[in-house]
Amino acid sequence: MTPVLLIFFVLAGLAVLGAVSLVLQKHPIHSALSLIVVMVCLAGLYLLMGAEFVAAVQIIVYGGAIMVLFIFVIMLLNAGEEERTDFSKIAKFAGLPLALALTAAIAAAVVKPDQSLHPVTEPVIAKATEQISTMLFKEFVYPFELTSFLILVAIIGALVLAQREKK
Amino acid sequence: MVPTQYYLILSAILFGLGAVAFVFKRNIITIFMSIELMLNAVNLAFVAFSQAFGKVHGQVFVLFVIVVAAAEAAVGLGIIILIQRNRQSLNVEKVNLLKL
Repeated sequence: MTPVLLIFFVLAGLAVLGAVSLVLQKHPIHSALSLIVVMVCLAGLYLLMGAEFVAAVQIIVYGGAIMVLFIFVIMLLNAGEEERTDFSKIAKFAGLPLALALTAAIAAAVVKPDQSLHPVTEPVIAKATEQISTMLFKEFVYPFELTSFLILVAIIGALVLAQREKK
Repeated sequence: MVPTQYYLILSAILFGLGAVAFVFKRNIITIFMSIELMLNAVNLAFVAFSQAFGKVHGQVFVLFVIVVAAAEAAVGLGIIILIQRNRQSLNVEKVNLLKL
C-alpha cells in the first residue's frame, strides 16, 4: 500500500465517520461539529488530488464562513436536543434498505468497470489555479457575474427575512 | 496512486448518508446541514472527474456550487430564524403550513 493510498483511506474513513456521526448525534451542535470534520477531510482529499485552490476555498468558505453561520444560528436560537417523533411504519422498515439501495445505485452508476479513467495522479493538471482563473474570467465570465448578483439577492433576502416587524 | 473509482464510491457513500440524514432527522437545522453534506459529496465527484479527464472545468463548477451553497445558507438560516420566532420550535413536524 502506497503512502498516498494510506492517506486516502485515513481521510475517507474520517469523512465517513463524521457523516455517520452527523446522522446519529442528537444535538445539532454536535452534528455541526461532525460536519466540520467531514469538510476538513474533503479539503485534505482535494489536496491529495492536486486541486489546491479548491481545497483552500473549501476550508475558507465551507469550514470558515458557512459552518460559523450554522453554529451562530444554533447558538442564537438556543437549539436543544431534537425531539423524536414517531416514524411511519414504512419509514421504520424500508428507510434504511432504501437508503442503502440509493447509495448502491449511485455507486454502480458512476463506477463502470471498463471506464477509461486513468488513476488520479498528482499533477494531471499543471498549474490548476492559473487555469481555473483564466477559465473563470474568460469562458465562464457571465455565470461568474451572475453569481455575484445571486450573492447580492441572497444578502437582501436574508436581511428582509431576519428583520423584526415594525409596529 | 488512488484510482478515481475510490473517490466516486466515497462520494456516493457521503451522498447516501446525507440523504439518510435529510429523511430521518427532525431538527430543521440538521436537515439543512445534511443538504450541505450532499453538496460536498457532489463537489468531491466533480473534482475527481476533473482530475481523471485532465480538464479544469470540474473545479470551476465546484466554485459555483460553493457560491450557491453560501447564498443558500444565508437565506435558509434567515428562514429558520423566522420559523423559530413564529412557532417556538425547530421541529419540522410542527412546520406544516406554508403560512407563517
